[in-house]
Amino acid sequence: MSELPKVTDSNLVEPASASGGGAGSEWVATLRNAWSFNRTRIGVGIVVVIALLAVLGPVFAPHTPTEFVGAPYAKASGTALFGTDSLGRDVLTRVLYGGRTVLSLALAATIIGLFGGVTFGLIAGYARRWVDETVMRTLDVLLAFPQLVLVLLLISVVGPKLWLIVLMVGLSHAPRIARVTRAAALEISQRDFVKAAEALGESKLRILVAEILPNITSPLLVEFGLRLTYSIGLIAALSFLGFGLQPPAADWGLMINENRIGVSVQPWAVALPVMLIGVLTIGTNLIADGLGRALIGIERTGGES
Amino acid sequence: MPPLLKLILIRLGLGILTLFLVSVIVFWATQALPTDTAQAILGREATPERLEVLRAKLGLDQPIQAQYGHWLAGVARGDLGESLVQQDVKVTKLLSSRVVNSGILVLVAALVSVPFSILIGSLSAVWRDTKFDSVVSTGNLALAALPEFVVGIGLVLLFATSVFKWMPAVSRIDPGVSLASQLDLLVLPAATLTLAVAPYVSRILRASMIEVLESEYVMMARLKGLKGPLVLWRHALPNAIAPTLQVIALNLAWLAGGIVVVEYLFAYPGIGQSLVDAVANRDLPMIQALVLLIAAVYVVLNLVADIATILVSPRLRTGMR
Amino acid sequence: MSGQVVLTVEDLKIVIEPSGILIDDEVSLTIRQGEVLGLVGESASGKTTVATALLKHQRRGAKIAGGRVLVGGRDVLALSGEELREVRGGLISYVPQDASASLNPAVRIGTQLMEILEAHDYGASGSARTERLEEMMAEVLLPSDRQFLRRYPHQLSGGQQQRVAVAMAFACRPKVIVLDEPTTALDVTTQAHVLETVKGLSESYGVAALYVTHDLAVVANLADRIAVMYAGRLVEVGSRNDLFTRSLHPYSRKLLAAIPDLTGNRALQGIPGSAPRPGSRPEGCAFAPRCDWVIDRCLSEFPPVDGPGADHQVRCWRHAEVGAEPMGSDAKGAERVKFDPSLENVIAVSGLSAYYGRKKTLHDVTMHLHTRRCIALVGESGSGKTTLARCVAGLHHFKIEGSIKHRDKELARDARGRDRATRQTIQYIFQSPYSSLNPRKTVRQILTQPLRVFFDFSKSETEDRVAFALEQVALDTSVLRRYPDEMSGGERQRVAIARALAAEPTVLICDEVTSSLDVSVQAAIVELLAQLQHETGLSMLFVTHNLALVRSIAQEVAVMSEGRIVEAGTVDKVLEDPQADYTRKLLSDTPTI
Repeated sequence: MSELPKVTDSNLVEPASASGGGAGSEWVATLRNAWSFNRTRIGVGIVVVIALLAVLGPVFAPHTPTEFVGAPYAKASGTALFGTDSLGRDVLTRVLYGGRTVLSLALAATIIGLFGGVTFGLIAGYARRWVDETVMRTLDVLLAFPQLVLVLLLISVVGPKLWLIVLMVGLSHAPRIARVTRAAALEISQRDFVKAAEALGESKLRILVAEILPNITSPLLVEFGLRLTYSIGLIAALSFLGFGLQPPAADWGLMINENRIGVSVQPWAVALPVMLIGVLTIGTNLIADGLGRALIGIERTGGES
Repeated sequence: MPPLLKLILIRLGLGILTLFLVSVIVFWATQALPTDTAQAILGREATPERLEVLRAKLGLDQPIQAQYGHWLAGVARGDLGESLVQQDVKVTKLLSSRVVNSGILVLVAALVSVPFSILIGSLSAVWRDTKFDSVVSTGNLALAALPEFVVGIGLVLLFATSVFKWMPAVSRIDPGVSLASQLDLLVLPAATLTLAVAPYVSRILRASMIEVLESEYVMMARLKGLKGPLVLWRHALPNAIAPTLQVIALNLAWLAGGIVVVEYLFAYPGIGQSLVDAVANRDLPMIQALVLLIAAVYVVLNLVADIATILVSPRLRTGMR
Repeated sequence: MSGQVVLTVEDLKIVIEPSGILIDDEVSLTIRQGEVLGLVGESASGKTTVATALLKHQRRGAKIAGGRVLVGGRDVLALSGEELREVRGGLISYVPQDASASLNPAVRIGTQLMEILEAHDYGASGSARTERLEEMMAEVLLPSDRQFLRRYPHQLSGGQQQRVAVAMAFACRPKVIVLDEPTTALDVTTQAHVLETVKGLSESYGVAALYVTHDLAVVANLADRIAVMYAGRLVEVGSRNDLFTRSLHPYSRKLLAAIPDLTGNRALQGIPGSAPRPGSRPEGCAFAPRCDWVIDRCLSEFPPVDGPGADHQVRCWRHAEVGAEPMGSDAKGAERVKFDPSLENVIAVSGLSAYYGRKKTLHDVTMHLHTRRCIALVGESGSGKTTLARCVAGLHHFKIEGSIKHRDKELARDARGRDRATRQTIQYIFQSPYSSLNPRKTVRQILTQPLRVFFDFSKSETEDRVAFALEQVALDTSVLRRYPDEMSGGERQRVAIARALAAEPTVLICDEVTSSLDVSVQAAIVELLAQLQHETGLSMLFVTHNLALVRSIAQEVAVMSEGRIVEAGTVDKVLEDPQADYTRKLLSDTPTI
């Protein structure tokens, strides 16, 4: 042994990943990298502001959301800063109250979708052969339904219940998330370290959780941002169509539905919730995009030798 | 059998299988879920007699396989049953003009958005990291994020009601007058759909084009001393478009879903509007028909894209070595 | 070398954008008419960036920051637009590394060949061009009938694809040809054919050719002069003879000693450490940290161009002393294990057939691995050598027929179906250490895994075992905290070896374990494995495509081709008196120095 020179720190090559990212917990590196993009910071800023508005809004609301403060579609005044809605309630108050539902329902739906999608995707990506075929073909069939149509189909049977909407929006994400997860898991499961673990006799569950999952956290992080964006849009769209929250709830999507007849008289009752939903989705999408860019950056510097 | 034909037949078979499974899901979801469909439709106050009548009408008293078989046989004949809301009127009759209206809307949106976004996407790849590219990418990012009703209402506020008053805010097509004379009614709904699809297609095309432009065969084409346009048109673009066909099809199929919100928003008399009404009224045969139709659009477009991909990729077309 | 100087490269400098980190610096070369200059360097030496710079092309992220490339009095680097286009493919042409990726998959090869003639207005008419095309195809020994020209690249074999690329390069009768490792992706037999073609055409057309490669053995028979690159700079340039018999730079000498030799006359010698990448190159001479001759001055100043004459130049402060030392004197070979006549089978494979999907990839293979022996399994890609190794390891997940026995006990097909003791006994080392180590685990976690699965050690005992495994592969315990991404390829492969050793196996299967490494690192790893086998008495199955490696590691050899073992026996017997035609061909096609 002694003739062989020791290979130590001093005379060695720098890591292939010049950025220093790539090693260790993948998603931490992705987050750190993502934060270096301005778009991510703007996105986070937007989302934080709107989340604060949604959570703390009710504290600052001048009225209660169901209180009638003037004539329907009244113009802006001292009592109603942005006028009143179709029933004469304060637009500002209802806007300040109406964000909680969108945010919380969308978040819950995204988590459900991620959980379901990742489970199926991981299994399909690692199991291959007929398990993979069966799972993916089934998901492919579900993909034939546009998400909104799938949710509407189930609402038509069970009725517009909130838990159902959250569950259905979540499950409508699942096939799409499963596809992404499977592709990533399949790529990883073909690497030799997975075969090495198999040769040692490690259990399948352990290989999935300890070998494969830690290597695909970054794409899943991106997927979470993306699906959150779509969840917000879907949940708001359902309320807009009248199948989400039911009157007299204060909810941005529902507000648009209730007040769009009078949009030429009282644009604020529609414009405010539309703008807030729009800005929020742009915010979440900016974050998703920043994460995506960070991911590509890490793959570029980390993978190549 | 020639390998190309075999490949296409396999895809065709898979498409039909998918369509069959889609019909199973639609039927299962609407009629076989462990909820009492009749009760769900009529509400809690319904009398037992009325429930019985409805169950018989929906065939709920028969075993589920028989119900499905009956329904599928109808679908195969082009008979989608009768509407529950407009008693005794065939669903097909109620939908025929609406299918045409929606078809026109989707077609206009597709014809505008696809070539436009292919152009924009390729150009931002060629002019990568220039001002043009960053403007397009920012615009794409915002548009991709916005739910379609937000885009639609934005357009209405901007062009119909509040800022400029150029366009009608609602698009109630008059069935008595020719569509050509009311084309202005199509502008805002079609624009909404276009803006909803364009960012996805142009983004995927940009990514694909960049990959191709950095490929070794494009480098080789340049190092051979070929002229710029030849490199772009012969060596880059065909290879860039082929892998995006699936995505384009997916997005066009998505248009079929997007019309639900857009038609509702603009009160455009198409199948999307019908679906919203049907769901509100729990008109099951109508819902089944519409969902099946929308899913079928996806399956068919996917199939077309699949076959198109095979035809434009020599490696697939000639069969693997 | 009486020809005229055709190509002159002066002070070429290439940097990474936007950081400005140097990839190449002070690269100056001349090539005469009819001369082939071999540009040799290991990975990250910057040789490929030099190659494309001759056509004023760089990949994204790299930029030519200075220097001149003179052909016929014109500076190519000063050209742009239409002038540059005419030079590319017309005056200077390029043969790519991987023809399968460099031919457009969607364009017929006839079109791809014809378009270069059209782009440079070669010949007066369409028929003249067609004639030229046929002539070219004949010169690279390819058919030129319509049917062949209408094929797409994927319908050609790897060798045919590379011939098409060669034909393209010579099509417009250029003055200079840049060949960028054009045979790396090919099997030795195909490589030999392509090299012959290139050599012949270069001579008959009288072009000045730059042949870029990582493999000194390849240029040994091809190049008139050789330039050795290290860390972005030329360290030695000289005639082939000068380089192989009187090299003056320690790196050139070490590189030669690291090349495996078919005849076994030289002992394989690795270079410690690995070549530094751009951005982490040390001050002064970049080779200093790996050099036996290093003095203080090397650490601060890069030596100027010096040497015995204009034809033999070197950049080393101590080249005179290095040159005074006869070559090969410091070579000390690893002791070869004496042939032990007591043949006891550890692994006995008999009548083994294996499938990949529906395709049969192994046909009735019989092979024996003896105790304390290393058998080399040699073959070209697709010969079934890896499949055989994987069958033994229980990693082949398709249909298998026949018998694999471990000490007279039939082995389960799948590793999962084998008991713990068997899995522990047979350990497998994978080809690429970039893929075989989980990038999300530290070296400590990687090495503890087999210990956790196979033994019930206490915490401190586990620590000791991990430390011992590292010691066996000559790694310092400071690497325990590192992630694979933070290590060089050679270090990673050492970790992979340590992981296998930690299980305390008696059978070690090495699947092309050096093929993704640089020659100098490969030599060190082979040395290590040979020594380990010698010291610990392991039985080893060493899979390789490189026949030249066999002598350095194995006592027995089995040659595989198309899923069959065509010849097997002791190394001396097979290499010196080959019986099978295939073995003879493989031997004659393997490049030697």
